[in-house]
Amino acid sequence: MAFLNALPGAVAQGLIWGLVAIGIYISYKILDIADLSVDGSFATGACICVVAIANGVPVWLSIILSFLAGAVAGAVTGLLHTALGVPSILAGILTQLSLYSINLQLIMGGRSNFPFSSIPFYTGNTDFTPDSLLLRMSDKVASIIVPLLFVAAVIVLLWLFFYTEIGLTIKSTGDNPAMSKAQGVNINLNKVIGLAISNGIVALAGALLAQYQGFADVTMGTGAIVIGLAAIFIGLSVSLKIKPNFVVSLIGVVGGSIVYYVIFTVVMLLGLHTNYLKLLSAMIVAIFLAVPYLKKEYFSKRKHQRVSVAVESESEGGDADA
Amino acid sequence: MLKISGLEKTFNPGTVNAKTALAGLDLYLEDGDFVTVIGGNGAGKSTLLNAIAGVWKPDFGKIELDGLDITGMPEHKRAKFLGRVFQDPMMGTAPDMEIAENLAIAARRGTKRRFVWGIKKGERERYKELLATLELGLESRLTSKVGLLSGGQRQAVTLLMATLNRPKLLLLDEHTAALDPKTASKVLKLTDKIVSENKLTTLMITHNMHDAIAYGNRLIMMHEGRVVVDVSGEEKKKLTIEQLLQLFEQSSGSKFGSDKAILSK
Repeated sequence: MAFLNALPGAVAQGLIWGLVAIGIYISYKILDIADLSVDGSFATGACICVVAIANGVPVWLSIILSFLAGAVAGAVTGLLHTALGVPSILAGILTQLSLYSINLQLIMGGRSNFPFSSIPFYTGNTDFTPDSLLLRMSDKVASIIVPLLFVAAVIVLLWLFFYTEIGLTIKSTGDNPAMSKAQGVNINLNKVIGLAISNGIVALAGALLAQYQGFADVTMGTGAIVIGLAAIFIGLSVSLKIKPNFVVSLIGVVGGSIVYYVIFTVVMLLGLHTNYLKLLSAMIVAIFLAVPYLKKEYFSKRKHQRVSVAVESESEGGDADA
Repeated sequence: MLKISGLEKTFNPGTVNAKTALAGLDLYLEDGDFVTVIGGNGAGKSTLLNAIAGVWKPDFGKIELDGLDITGMPEHKRAKFLGRVFQDPMMGTAPDMEIAENLAIAARRGTKRRFVWGIKKGERERYKELLATLELGLESRLTSKVGLLSGGQRQAVTLLMATLNRPKLLLLDEHTAALDPKTASKVLKLTDKIVSENKLTTLMITHNMHDAIAYGNRLIMMHEGRVVVDVSGEEKKKLTIEQLLQLFEQSSGSKFGSDKAILSK
C-alpha cells in the first residue's frame, strides 16, 4: 500500500529526470562528451524558474527562460572546450563550479533555498498563487501529465532536429570527427550547439522539478550527471535490444529514469535513508560501466588463447588479432 | 591547379624527437593529373596529404589550389575543394549512421548546413544508383548502419562520398593498404574508374610500386620530405620497377627503404 501511494511520485520524478537523461544522452551518447556542467545547469533552471515567477513572469515564460539559461551555460562549456582548448571534462567542471556562484548570488540573491510559498514574503508579489504552477507534488495527475507532455514534445522535436542537415552533422561530429571535418563539417560549432541543446533540456527539467517539489535549491543539481547516466544505462540495456534507433533509445532512456525512481522508492520503503540516493546512483553507473568492460576482458582473453594456438601453424598469423 | 612551394614541416621541433617530415617540398599538378606517390617509411607522403587537407599548418611554404592560397584555411573549410579517403577504413565513414545519412552529409560538402531535411526526396534514388555502380550489393542496404559493412565496403562508400560532390582534388592516402589483396585490387579498379570517368585531379599514395606504375599518368617518389623522382607521360608507361629503383638511387643517393613496396605485386 505504501508502495502504491509512493508510485505516482516516483513516476513523476522519473519523468522529470528522464528529461535530464535525454539531455545527457545528447552530450554523452551523441557528441561523445562527458559533460559535467549539467549539475550546474539543472540547478540554474530551477533557480531561474522560481526567481522569474517571483518577479511576476508568467510560468510558461519562466520555463523558456530556464531553457535559455541552460543553453547559454552549455554553450559556455562548448566554447571553453573548442575555442579555448580546455579538455571537455574540465570545461564542464569549470562551468558547473561557476554556475554554483551564479545561482547562489546572481540569481537567488544569496539565498541557497527559495520556496514558492515564500514568494509573497520576499517580493511582496501577492498575485502569485501556487495554483498557477504547471505541476505540484500534491496534484498527482498534473505532476505526471505535465512532465509527460514535456518529454513527448522534447522527443518529437529532437527526432525532427536530428534529421535536419545540421542535426545529421551533429550526429556525425560525435560518431566520427575526422570524417566530419573531411566532409566540411565545423565540428567545433556543432559541439557548442549540441551542448547548448543538452544543457537547455536539463535546465528545463530543473524548472519542472522546482515546481514539483515547491522550491529551488542551489545544491539540487549535485550528481545530476550520475543520475542521468544511470537512467541512460538502465534504459538502453532494454531499448537497444528492442530496436536500436533514436526515438526508441530516447523513450528507453526516460523509461530507465522511471525504473530508477521506482527502484529507489522501493529501497527507501525498505528502510534505506534518502541520503543514500547518490551512493546508490553512483553504484548503478559503476556497475553498468564495469560489466561490459569485464565481459570484454574475459572474452578477449579467451579469444587470445585461441588465436595463439592458430599462430603456431601459421607464422604470420599475429596480425589476425589486431 | 595545385601549386605547392617550399613546404616545410617539422614535428616536435626542438626536442630529441624532432622529425622533419617535409623539407622544402615543391609540387605542381596540372588539371586532370592522376599522380601516384611512392616512397619509403617516413618519406613524408602522408604528411604531404595532411598538409594539403589542412590537418595542421605547415611551418613554411605555400599551398595554392586554382590560384587560391589555402595554406592557412581551416580543415573543414577547404574540405569544400577536397575529396579524401584514408588508409584506415574506419576513418572515412560514421559507423553509427546509415549509409544514406553518410552519403547525404558528403553530398553537402562545401555547402552551409541548414535547418532543412537532411535527406531530400529523390536523393535516396540517386544514392541507390550510385551504390549499384560499386557492385557490392549495397544499393539495397541504404538504411544499414555503416558500422555493419566490411572494411572494403566502407572504403568503397568513402570513395563514393569523396567524389559525390566533384572535388577539385582527390586525396587518397594508401586507401587500399588495410584491405586484403582481392578487395584492395577491386577498390583500386573502382578508384581508377571513378577518377577517369570524372577526370579528377588525384594524388594517390601507395606502398605498392606495381600499382604506382600501373595507375595514373604521373608518378612521384618522395625521400626525406622532398620529391626526388618525377616521371610522367610515355616515360611512365614504359617504367619498370627496376628502373624506378635505379632512378631513386641516382637521385637520392641511397637505397630504397621499403622491401614491402618492392616485393608486393
